[in-house]
Amino acid sequence: MRLEARDIVVAIGSRRIVDGVSLSVSSGEMIGLIGPNGAGKSTLLRAVLGICEKASGSVTLDGVDLMSIPARERARCIAFLPQERRVEWRLTARDIVTLGRYPHQAGFGRTAPESQAAVDRAIEAVDGGRLLDRPVAVLSGGERTRILLARALAVEAPILLVDEPILALDPYHQLHVMEILKERARSGIGVLAVIHDLAFAARFMDRVVVMNEGGVAADGPPAEVLSAERLAQVYEIDALSGEEAGRRWILPWARRPSG
Amino acid sequence: MQPIGRFQLKTAIPYPLLIGALALLLALLMAVSMITGPAGAGLRDLSAMFASGRSETAWIIIREIRLPRTILAVMIGFTLGLAGAALQGFLRNPLADPGVIGVTSTASLGAVLALYTGISAVFPLALPLMAIAGGLSCVLILQGLAGRGGVLTLILAGVAISSLAGAGASLALNLSPNPYAALEIVFWMLGSVTDRSLEHVALAAPFMVAGWLILGWSALSLDALSLGEDAAASLGVNLKRTRALIVVGTAVSVGAATAVAGGIGFVGLVVPHLMRPLVRHSPSRLLLASGLGGGVLLCASDIVVRLVATGTELRLGVVTALIGAPFFLFLVMRARVELEA
Repeated sequence: MRLEARDIVVAIGSRRIVDGVSLSVSSGEMIGLIGPNGAGKSTLLRAVLGICEKASGSVTLDGVDLMSIPARERARCIAFLPQERRVEWRLTARDIVTLGRYPHQAGFGRTAPESQAAVDRAIEAVDGGRLLDRPVAVLSGGERTRILLARALAVEAPILLVDEPILALDPYHQLHVMEILKERARSGIGVLAVIHDLAFAARFMDRVVVMNEGGVAADGPPAEVLSAERLAQVYEIDALSGEEAGRRWILPWARRPSG
Repeated sequence: MQPIGRFQLKTAIPYPLLIGALALLLALLMAVSMITGPAGAGLRDLSAMFASGRSETAWIIIREIRLPRTILAVMIGFTLGLAGAALQGFLRNPLADPGVIGVTSTASLGAVLALYTGISAVFPLALPLMAIAGGLSCVLILQGLAGRGGVLTLILAGVAISSLAGAGASLALNLSPNPYAALEIVFWMLGSVTDRSLEHVALAAPFMVAGWLILGWSALSLDALSLGEDAAASLGVNLKRTRALIVVGTAVSVGAATAVAGGIGFVGLVVPHLMRPLVRHSPSRLLLASGLGGGVLLCASDIVVRLVATGTELRLGVVTALIGAPFFLFLVMRARVELEA
């Protein structure tokens, strides 16, 4: 399956938050969407999902206009993990993950056998079995992210969009979440992840899209895209880099003097 | 080392059992309500009437006096409990009650105007009719003011409408031609189901039932909304439609409830809190449980009103607030202990 966005523009007032961005995600691909704060990454994700009212441009799914597809069916094709990690009420982890089956049927309660199986697979994928009966509100940041990720995985959509999946996690859990996403991509899902950590972008992504000031500054394999000159130009930073097991690593090191 | 046990939820009552138990309790209270009353018409007097061949009188008391108020108490309680649960789920705010979108105030204003102008003295059903019209006007104003905005816009518009309608009611009181009219307005606003007829039931019931169905339709979206608006939208929830269902359903049902009974506070706020742990916090399962719980609470309160002997009859709205407010405080304190432990 191929999700393709063309000429996406999101304007609020006279300000163009996303300014003519084109982007595609195909099955089995893991793509990192990076860029400075305020570059328009999250807004672009919402526009691609079709939940940003002010967006214009075209988004197609295997050539079919996304907005011509009914909302439920659209939701079965593209799963989304938003940045917001807050869960209202004292719902248990199991209830939350089950919500991933919402586009397939009804909410809690009447769970079809194949939905139950999908929920179990999602929980297995994030190693969340121990957390099931606990309210999500009392879970730690890492546990909560995994459960919310399991909720997105339980949709079993061919395309997965995630907004800052490793936000506020310790290194162990950052690696865990990235490995889960990588594993999903290997199993044939197209993953598009907004990510701030350049080291993780370089380490895990097949392709990196760099956004800056509403537009795309670069799009390609991490080793090419995350060059010292580009980081200097987009982020105004100097970074250390080297090679380990055939992959380039990057470590942001210092701000460049402005001007 | 894992403090799992501490956070594990207490084994909740199975949902069908909970609903069955609440329905049974409600049926029981309705039966008690039919045979309870002041003015020498309690169970003993009623059975004496039947025994002594005056069953005609007994039936009149039951059918004309007890039946309408019992039905109204149950239906209004159900409406307030259901609408409160739906609004709390939709706004994701545990402080929401049916009054938050302003419908209680606009319906009251309609009723107050009927009393103030004296139309209700000539044509008694003008009062509930004008109150229902007031409740429905709230929907139009809300959609006009905040039709495209978010949750916060809706709440703020509701607050503004409430204040304005409240000011209108105060103005009517201020300008009321004589103290008697003012007293009538104040008493009406306190909330009661005493001396209502089956005509009141016939007038309000269709609106309330229609509102219940509309609110029930929104139930499943409420579950998805507990993940936040973006996640819910990405799961296929139509936020605009859900919002319209909640606003219209609440306005229609609560408007009709207020129209026949006046302002009855705290049921819509407290009952969802009471029921939430029993349905394992699911916003969709809460709707029916909270509706039944509201029916139980209001029916019980209406029985209490009749049993407590005071010079002037206690008003239902006063009793629910008297029971509700301290109880709500208790819930808040308990929740605080839970959160801070």
